[in-house]
Amino acid sequence: MPKKKVKKVVNKENIRHDGRKLSELRPIKLEVGILGNADGSAYIEQGKNKILAGVYGPKEVHPKHLALPDRSRLRCRYHMAPFSVQERKSPAPSRRDIELSKVIREAFEPSVFTEYYPKTSIDIFIEVLQADGGTRCASITAASLALADAGIPLRDLVSACAAGKVDGRIVLDLNDKEDKEGEADLPLAYMSNLNAITLLQMDGMLTSEEFEQAINLALEGCNQIYQLQKEALKAKYVEVKETMNEGADEQ
Amino acid sequence: MTSPVVARMKQKRMADLISLGKRLDERGLTDYREAQIEIGVIEKAEGSARVRLGKTEVLVGIKIGLGEPFSDVPNQGVLTVNAELVPLASPTFEPGPPGEDAIELARVVDRGIRESKAIDLEKLCITPGKKVFIVFIDLYVLNYDGNLIDASALAALAALLNTKVFNYEVKEGEVQIKPGYKSLPIRNYPIAVTFAKINDKLVVDPCLEEEQVMETRLTMTIEKDEKVCALQKSGKGYFRIQQILEAAKIARQKAAELRKLVVKK
Repeated sequence: MPKKKVKKVVNKENIRHDGRKLSELRPIKLEVGILGNADGSAYIEQGKNKILAGVYGPKEVHPKHLALPDRSRLRCRYHMAPFSVQERKSPAPSRRDIELSKVIREAFEPSVFTEYYPKTSIDIFIEVLQADGGTRCASITAASLALADAGIPLRDLVSACAAGKVDGRIVLDLNDKEDKEGEADLPLAYMSNLNAITLLQMDGMLTSEEFEQAINLALEGCNQIYQLQKEALKAKYVEVKETMNEGADEQ
Repeated sequence: MTSPVVARMKQKRMADLISLGKRLDERGLTDYREAQIEIGVIEKAEGSARVRLGKTEVLVGIKIGLGEPFSDVPNQGVLTVNAELVPLASPTFEPGPPGEDAIELARVVDRGIRESKAIDLEKLCITPGKKVFIVFIDLYVLNYDGNLIDASALAALAALLNTKVFNYEVKEGEVQIKPGYKSLPIRNYPIAVTFAKINDKLVVDPCLEEEQVMETRLTMTIEKDEKVCALQKSGKGYFRIQQILEAAKIARQKAAELRKLVVKK
């Protein structure tokens, strides 16, 4: 909801209130394989967002009647911790959480080779520990790494990023303040190698030119995030290799 | 929502037809089914409308209540949208609390109305921070034959346009209802246009069979000045950017056509 703005979120020199340029991402930190029990896991920090993603599966489906004869059932739970936002959020899933769980799951359907694992389930669990705008996108970025970490065959990694309109300008990767005070928010998930958009939502108001501009900017953001994801995945295996070498030296 | 199976032969025929620019029910790819709109069908509701889109049928009832505003917008009325996939509407609907499909339907319709600022919520404030009007929009699906979002959004808009708010006065901090009504302050007319992607082509207003075979779906809500005010991709598949931009063009046209059915000048 637009409020009476005392201070502009984006100034005349096109610098945003947190010092970023219009098409600049927030700092992103990605870690892969950080949970002990999960088959695959990842952690993302994007600005002040802190999000954990864990993947279990492919495994037997419970309840059994949900099993699909020709492919694996992909399931997803997006959940926000009660302390992740300014005012405590009830831990019960909200309507927003349920909708986001659905669209995030659908964002991964084109990515996962579900037909390799009939009658099983692949469960994606996302816990938002701290939210600062753009959590669905950051969650997808992390969960895609968790799926890869679980060794599940993927057609491509899914990268996600939002673009939007703030103070009349099209900007990349909105934080909470920009999302709340801005005119539009357009989250998008993308498989860079396959040129496929797997999640697309928008709220706000955009003319057709702004709309096209925002989609293109979000795609650009996704491409940058895709590179970071690949680096994070490789970094984990460098780590594994190093520990193996250390083990060999000791012997 | 789309569990019943469509025979492979029929799927293939549908896909073949669509690649020729035709559809099973002989519509063109960008044709809507016939839309019928009736307003004021429920006298006890402050506003109501029934929309038939082909065989899809949605009833929308609007109730106006009194309550507290949200603390971050103390001078605005409250809008809530809820959807019920009533079990009598389809063999695949089951009784119980709203599932993810019902929640998504309600939230997509809500987004269109909210983001286009269709209702002037500031005019629904009685005492800032204390008392405001609450607009309850309930989407009631009566017969499911595909494209619930467009039918529901159309019915919601038609119902909003004939919604009456009771007169009131504030005496010693208490709100007292007075005889007579005013129209709900409406200032924008959002229209949802849904595309299904079948065989890599876009078709508008998918019927149930088309929804059952579609790869994915995109809903675009267009407001009166042709701006996009809400988007929702739904379903397993993916889109290419060209498809989305093409959809935006078609959506503007279709929204203008549909809007004429509800908004009488």
